[in-house]
Amino acid sequence: MTTSPDTRVLEAGVMMKAEGLAKSFVLHNQGGVRLDVFSGLDLEVGRGECLILAGPSGAGKSSLLRSLYANYKPQAGSVLVRHDNTVVDLCSAEPYEILEVRRRTLGYVSQFLRVIPRVPTIDLVVEPLTVRGVDPAEARERAGTLLARLRIPEALWGLPPATFSGGEQQRVNIAMTFVQDYPILLLDEPTASLDLENRRTVTDLIDEARRRGAAIVGIFHDAEVRAAVGTRSYDLTERKAA
Amino acid sequence: MSARDPLLQVRGLTHRYGRQVGCRDVSFDLHPGEVLGIVGESGSGKTTLLKCVSGQMQPSEGEVAYRTRDIGTVDVYGMTEARRRMLMRTDWGIVYQNARDGLRMKVSAGANVGERLMAIGERNYGHIRNEAVDWLERVEMDIGRIDDLPGTFSGGMQQRLQIARNLVTKPRLVFMDEPTSGLDVSVQARLLDLIRGLVGSLGIACVVVTHDLGVVRLLSHRLMVMKGGRVVEQGLTDQVLDDPQHPYTQLLVSSILPV
Ligand SMILES: Nc1ncnc2c1ncn2[C@@H]1O[C@H](COP(=O)(O)OP(=O)(O)OP(=O)(O)O)[C@@H](O)[C@H]1O
Ligand SMILES: Nc1ncnc2c1ncn2[C@@H]1O[C@H](COP(=O)(O)OP(=O)(O)OP(=O)(O)O)[C@@H](O)[C@H]1O
Ligand SMILES: [Mg+2]
Ligand SMILES: [Mg+2]
Repeated sequence: MTTSPDTRVLEAGVMMKAEGLAKSFVLHNQGGVRLDVFSGLDLEVGRGECLILAGPSGAGKSSLLRSLYANYKPQAGSVLVRHDNTVVDLCSAEPYEILEVRRRTLGYVSQFLRVIPRVPTIDLVVEPLTVRGVDPAEARERAGTLLARLRIPEALWGLPPATFSGGEQQRVNIAMTFVQDYPILLLDEPTASLDLENRRTVTDLIDEARRRGAAIVGIFHDAEVRAAVGTRSYDLTERKAA
Repeated sequence: MSARDPLLQVRGLTHRYGRQVGCRDVSFDLHPGEVLGIVGESGSGKTTLLKCVSGQMQPSEGEVAYRTRDIGTVDVYGMTEARRRMLMRTDWGIVYQNARDGLRMKVSAGANVGERLMAIGERNYGHIRNEAVDWLERVEMDIGRIDDLPGTFSGGMQQRLQIARNLVTKPRLVFMDEPTSGLDVSVQARLLDLIRGLVGSLGIACVVVTHDLGVVRLLSHRLMVMKGGRVVEQGLTDQVLDDPQHPYTQLLVSSILPV
């Protein structure tokens, strides 16, 4: 039952590719209503690119991003990811393989912070690094630098983020992902609940990630942020009609 | 054979109690360090399945294969009873819902931990005592109570003791049936944090049966949903919880079901 390494290839520079992707929901306990969100969707992101997902509310932007993270289960298609020297199809990979890809290759910032309860903020940011074998002292140093840059007061670092403000929680969320240099980043409105200053900081972080070669797919409500970080755009409105 | 090969392979496992079906045609692989959560309504066959895959009860049909450290993959029910017991002592741990099933109530806390080491051949009393103390500390128990009987402990402490007793032999695979139920919410939370920390840092593979979706969200990498003895859905934990496909899983997740 172990899956063999996916033999499909990605062209040079391409980090992630969705092919024939379809997502629908059947609400079995609400009369079996079926929602078709998208189908036959093809999309590709390369190194150093930031692809903006566009479309009105309900168009399926978040559903697509979650499908690219294997948090949602697409009904058809594949999501190929360049992972180390292999290509993994997240739609057919075993759970432990998906988790391996998420640990080192694929970062995701969700709209809302969902973390392990009771764990202090600093540990939440340190953990992704120590899990990968980074020296604990160095990991703490990097985590602290990033939290400071995101203006999380040091007095809060020892506390779990459950009681933090919306904006603080969102910045912790961002720190947990940006503390390591993921080759691929998926961002669902990471700047939504931030004030101007923090929005600028996050915009800078995203742009720095892209410049070092990250492939990014993002959803941003703010036109200014879109203009600052995006290199290309993909509209989901047209997909809906298909 | 690589470290990524499955530790446990379960195929077509069915168990009947007379005409009553406990679980039906269950198959899965468990990889090293992987935590599998099993959820489902009362009577759906979770405990039956756990007993069958953990060597405690021979299934009516199907196979359970385990990859040993040294002699390759073995058929858990194809070996002699004595060898299976040895395997369970050296490589596996079992944490029961009711601590009384997993502890020896007539010997001290220290002896409960120490006797597991003796069972695998450890004879040096000093070493056994040190290990027992070390493990009681790791599960955050008061060392001053090392000579007390388990019956004098609270429910949460009894579960901690059970965990120490199981982990002292450095198992590769631990089975837990409702390890936190029946405890106060705050005690549950601390126990869960402890289990998460230990399982993660030691890289132990785990099968955890629970009613509580919060427990699986926190502990398990993979999730299996059972109903009427069958597995109706399985996959990556967050995917199954956030995008459930089966009507029963949708009901469970939307918590329309009274727990
Ligand atoms: N887990 C789910 N179960 C059922 N339906 C869902 C689920 N997630 C999303 N949907 C539905 O899919 C459709 C697309 O939602 P999605 O959140 O992807 O849109 P969006 O483009 O991100 O919108 P917004 O800009 O408002 O965030 C909506 O009709 C939504 O109700
Ligand atoms: N020793 C037994 N003899 C006869 N039937 C049994 C026995 N043990 C379990 N069963 C039956 O097998 C089915 C599965 O039981 P099991 O204990 O595996 O369920 P479970 O999912 O663990 O439930 P719970 O969540 O209540 O612990 C039930 O219908 C139960 O009545
Ligand atoms: Mg959205
Ligand atoms: Mg049970």
